[in-house]
Amino acid sequence: MYIGGKFPRTESGRYFTLKNAKGEEIANMCKGSRKDFRNAVVEARKAFEPWSNKTAYNRSQILYRIAEMLEGRKAQFIDELMQMGSTKKQADEEVFTSIDRLIYYAGWADKYQQISSSVNPVSGAFFNFTVLEPTGVVTAIAPEENGLIGLVSVIAPIIVSGNSCIVLASESKALCSVSFAEVINSSDVPGGVINILTGNAEELIPHFSTHMDVNSMLYCGDDKKSIQLIKENSAINLKRIVIKKDIDWMKDEAESPYFITKFTEVKTTWHPIEKIGASGSGY
Amino acid sequence: MKTTNKIITNINQVSVDQVGIGDRVSRITARSVKNEAKIQGLKMALNMIDLTTLEGADTVNKVKQLCYKGMHLHDAYPDLPTVAAICVYPNFVGLAKEQLKGSGINVASVATAFPSGNSSLEVKITDTKMALDAGADEVDMVISRGKFHQGEYNYVFDEIAKIKETCGKNVRLKTILETGELGSLDNVRKASDIAMYAGSDFIKTSTGKISPAATLPVTLVMLEAIKDYYYETGIQIGMKPAGGISNSKLALHYLMLVKETLGDKWLTNQWFRFGASSLANDILMQLEKQRTGNYQSKDYFSKD
Repeated sequence: MYIGGKFPRTESGRYFTLKNAKGEEIANMCKGSRKDFRNAVVEARKAFEPWSNKTAYNRSQILYRIAEMLEGRKAQFIDELMQMGSTKKQADEEVFTSIDRLIYYAGWADKYQQISSSVNPVSGAFFNFTVLEPTGVVTAIAPEENGLIGLVSVIAPIIVSGNSCIVLASESKALCSVSFAEVINSSDVPGGVINILTGNAEELIPHFSTHMDVNSMLYCGDDKKSIQLIKENSAINLKRIVIKKDIDWMKDEAESPYFITKFTEVKTTWHPIEKIGASGSGY
Repeated sequence: MKTTNKIITNINQVSVDQVGIGDRVSRITARSVKNEAKIQGLKMALNMIDLTTLEGADTVNKVKQLCYKGMHLHDAYPDLPTVAAICVYPNFVGLAKEQLKGSGINVASVATAFPSGNSSLEVKITDTKMALDAGADEVDMVISRGKFHQGEYNYVFDEIAKIKETCGKNVRLKTILETGELGSLDNVRKASDIAMYAGSDFIKTSTGKISPAATLPVTLVMLEAIKDYYYETGIQIGMKPAGGISNSKLALHYLMLVKETLGDKWLTNQWFRFGASSLANDILMQLEKQRTGNYQSKDYFSKD
């Protein structure tokens, strides 16, 4: 697990065993508990303000850096994906798509604002701007079917606008979540911005969705009961809920600037204009 | 004067078992309290808080707001206790007194050239009188740490005795040792003994302006001093750790330490206090978590 820039073991002392395609045991993983999650929220909350105050350009550079570090260790990730059942070709493709996707979102960091914001016409001597701001602390249940691309596709669009996040990695393909945390740890991402838990979704969803200090939640999957529960729980503090189902995470449909704006809030602000109309030059 | 001399002589033989203190504290911090016991402990801790604002930037409205907070900690939660006292600078005592009228919450005032204590005895007495005239129920004084380090224990002793004399019988005097500036546990013990024999009603760890402020080891040393003094004289002295106690778990550890060092007799706000500003909200968040089952956010609790 990766919480607040550190690699703690779960406070619960529990673990689960990962198996490869042949059914052989390959690793014991921490089975994260609600208290691990609680600690992660505290870290994410602390990290949110400084991270969202960084310039878009700087966040962009840091996302590029994650991509670079991932590229440097691609052999390891290919190997881990193959251990979890991918063929060589599939593993190659997943790692390369993951690197590309990080670069894709890095590029959007200082651009999504321009295409999503506006200057609104108003009657009066004012500018009226609508701009986007990050929502805050976001929890996410990463897709179960992909180990690496799932994590990357969830984390990148959330953090690029300045949110901090707590992500539950795929339970059955958890192996490379820890290696990916190591990549993040060596990529200038401040501790607490990205927190990765491993464990059981069904157990953690109630906490991911009820925590009052979480502002938004992303669920990737199609379990009807979970979706229903998340929607009900989110009403407690009006969390913004994003559900993603039936997406092929390897395809281009899994990346879009709209994935960034899903985790932002719209703010409209008024600013006086010195002069307006034909009487003279204003700004 | 005879007693003074006796204490001062004894003082030089003080030797605190540092390893033993550390060991005792680590046994306490390894424990955790759950469910009903936790709720009871948290409510008790709330009721022991001296809700404090001691900033250069304090304003009339800030103090008013703090008084309101002391009386209405979190109205959404039924039957919560209030805090024990509101702790302010002397110039805000009158205002706080008026705001808290009828609530049963005391007003505590820092005095004696807080926080450094570097001034003449006259100034310190005047400072104390100012708080008393405005109606303070409790006075928190600081000892002269410089004199203490110079070995002028008599000076420190006399000063405390003089301030207690100024306070009179009905106003309780809490003596701040500022343990973060005392340097060793031996010195903490010495200062505790001086403060108690000089007539303090409470001994208090810190001003909150120096780091480290209150810690569990320092508090344990002071509690042991209180225990010995109680056996010696039969007089019960209160304890107030202050500064740096900002979460519920830590507050519960303090309560355990008090219970197991001094016993139930000390587990009321008559004899034990927390000097804190942010502890109350953390406790409230914990109580709400227990009540609703959901982890809480600061967004839903008033700041002060």
